[in-house]
Amino acid sequence: MKLRRTMMFVPGNNPGMLINAGIYGADTIIFDLEDSVAISEKDAARHLVYNAMKSIKYPCEVAVRINHISTPFGYKDLETILPVKPDLIRLPKAETAADIEEIDVIITAAEIKHGFASGSIKMMAAIETARGVRNAYEIAAASPRMVAIAIGGEDFLADLQTSRTKDGKEFHSARGQLILAAREAGIHAIDTVFGDVSNEEDFIAETIRIKEMGFDGKSVVNPRQINIVHQIYMPTTKEVEHAERVIAAYKESLDRKSGVVSLNGKMIDVPVVKRAERALAYANAAGRNNRRANL
Amino acid sequence: MINAIGREIPENIAGIKNIKPYSGPFAYTPAGRLTGPTIILNKPRSEKVLKSIEQAIDATGLKDGMTISFHHHFRNGDYVLNMVVAAIARKGIRDLTLAPSSLNNINEEIIPYIEQGVITAIETSGARGKLGKLLTNGKMKKTTIIRSHGGRARAIECGELHIDVAFLGAPACDTYGNMNGVEGKSACGSLGYAMVDAAYADKVVAITDHLVPYPLYPVSIPQTQVDYIVPVEAIGDPKGIASGALRISKDPRELLIAQYATTAIEYSGYFNQDYSIQLGSGGASLAAAQFLKEKMKQQGITASFGLGGVTAPFIEMLDEGLIKAIYDVQDFDIPSIQSMKKNANHQEMSASFYANPHNRGPIVNQLDVVILSATEVDVDFNVNVITDSNGVIMGAVGGHQDTAAGAALSIVVAPLLRGRLPMVIDQVHTVCTPGETVDIIVTERGVAVNPRRKDLRDNLREANIPLMDIEELRDIAYEFAGKPDPILVSDEVAAAVEYRDGTLIDVIRKPL
Repeated sequence: MKLRRTMMFVPGNNPGMLINAGIYGADTIIFDLEDSVAISEKDAARHLVYNAMKSIKYPCEVAVRINHISTPFGYKDLETILPVKPDLIRLPKAETAADIEEIDVIITAAEIKHGFASGSIKMMAAIETARGVRNAYEIAAASPRMVAIAIGGEDFLADLQTSRTKDGKEFHSARGQLILAAREAGIHAIDTVFGDVSNEEDFIAETIRIKEMGFDGKSVVNPRQINIVHQIYMPTTKEVEHAERVIAAYKESLDRKSGVVSLNGKMIDVPVVKRAERALAYANAAGRNNRRANL
Repeated sequence: MINAIGREIPENIAGIKNIKPYSGPFAYTPAGRLTGPTIILNKPRSEKVLKSIEQAIDATGLKDGMTISFHHHFRNGDYVLNMVVAAIARKGIRDLTLAPSSLNNINEEIIPYIEQGVITAIETSGARGKLGKLLTNGKMKKTTIIRSHGGRARAIECGELHIDVAFLGAPACDTYGNMNGVEGKSACGSLGYAMVDAAYADKVVAITDHLVPYPLYPVSIPQTQVDYIVPVEAIGDPKGIASGALRISKDPRELLIAQYATTAIEYSGYFNQDYSIQLGSGGASLAAAQFLKEKMKQQGITASFGLGGVTAPFIEMLDEGLIKAIYDVQDFDIPSIQSMKKNANHQEMSASFYANPHNRGPIVNQLDVVILSATEVDVDFNVNVITDSNGVIMGAVGGHQDTAAGAALSIVVAPLLRGRLPMVIDQVHTVCTPGETVDIIVTERGVAVNPRRKDLRDNLREANIPLMDIEELRDIAYEFAGKPDPILVSDEVAAAVEYRDGTLIDVIRKPL
């Protein structure tokens, strides 16, 4: 099961950060060609990211956030980056399914041209406007390449004519709709960044909240945030033990070719098994990362 | 001749008698007796307070060719060394050996006196900036001798480094020579490095900007060792002496290194009730304090003692009861100085008590775990902390050799890359600490255990840290940064690096 608990933004024009992006244990790193790169730096960032991806073996999923294709940079970004086969292209400010479909065509052509397996480059989209929220399901389901939708922060708040609050009321409705759209389309829902890196307390509270809402993970802007998110997504020992028992009972019933799964006399249905598998996936990933347990 | 770590040591080095090649951390057995200062008659109510440094220079009988010493507790806020050397120059005295416990950038002021021949030899722990360059470029008449803190204490006590006059900055001093470092506007905390000088120099001059009526207590250096006292306006700049509380780094790479290092400690087999620990003051080792604290709390473990080089995060551990006692040779920030003043569990110690390998027992021999920094390390686990990527002196050996040799587990932390430079390489330019005393190298991309320590490697298997061979770390570094060309050097030996036991572990040759 592919986890995307943390998707870490890395400015594309910072060579030091590009070199070290892979060492912090993020599930996905997103090399950013968009908002963190000044217009005068767009070329440089594109080529730095291209060369970093060409020369460095990253131990995790690598995404590139391109500029929107309505800007003078979006197509150029795709043209430069697709030949080094990113795992994921992230489109910002997605508003319609047509945005996704257009990029899908470009990626398909690149896959053929460079001999990459068909469909091997995935996509995700960030929704940053009211219009995008209204079209969230269409965007999420616009291409089989789509693996996640995310909610973008500041642009969305500007569009909504509001600002950040401590308990995140302003995002409430959008987050709710995003989750529903992602689940209906069968893809991941990723929450927005929390920019105030030194405010750990509110970051923890927000991450707990979005996990409870059903988000699969969170965008992060600093390596220090990674382990906090991973800790929050880590199941408790009790949950893990329960999940292990559920899976064992399920396997046993498969072996017995019995349609009924029961644990301690209680019937277990498919959603419970699914939840157990999910818990174990998170536990395994956390085990891989528990060396970062105190960060 | 070739020493035990394969370094070529010349048979003759100008100004160094009785050259012994390094042959292993505990291979050299010393013989002979301790040396000591001259004995004198002191009559009742004799006056020790003098009017000026010049008067003190006269009173001590300082002459051409003698050796003078200083402590470096005031670090980059030190006025004493510069002030005294300037006064000596005015007196027309020449050809002195300068033997401070270390040198800082602020001491660059003495360069003109070196050029004029007032100072013609230096024996110290290290140097930085222009002074480091000058020492590397062979501008001294005699070869510079680099010693660790423990090695310096040893050399003084056995007479290899004979100090004629010690000029010791005293943050507080009474009219009969009792001094401490915790009072006065120039408080620096421990006077640990000065204690050996005070006990063994022929003449001891206290220079103070806080002269108090007799008696001063607590006493760090006693009246029985002090000949003269000179009150001056200021012995240092408080801002350069100690910073505000040293804080934990926010650099994610340093935090990651610190975390690997503390996880290594946790699984090493040494993380037990009443273990002991020393942490450096560098970014990653300071950050390690934070993670160690959490692990100790989680597992209900407390330490029997901590050693240092003391900083605020260490003091927090003492105050929270996680460390029972601190033994302190040097303080880096204000909370540490205040703690030594008020907390009886925070003990001052001398450099000899700390690290001299040839006394009846330095405390490093009781140390379980130390975290040390490095400039570069090599595939034999040798560590360089003194020369930079151009072969120029820019650091100090400090207690590195001593704690690495004494501790049951010595961990060296370093980034794998600094800018475009690889930090794990085939061969370090200058060996300060021999690889056989280094157990683990921790970088942000991997952790290497010395193959001599199979036990450790086994223990760390469960630790979930990226264990790899040191050669793999080197290869990763080279893959990013390329293999550096060796630094081209001449035959001229600018400095000799002593091991703590007085043998020569390496020499620093003048770069071409």
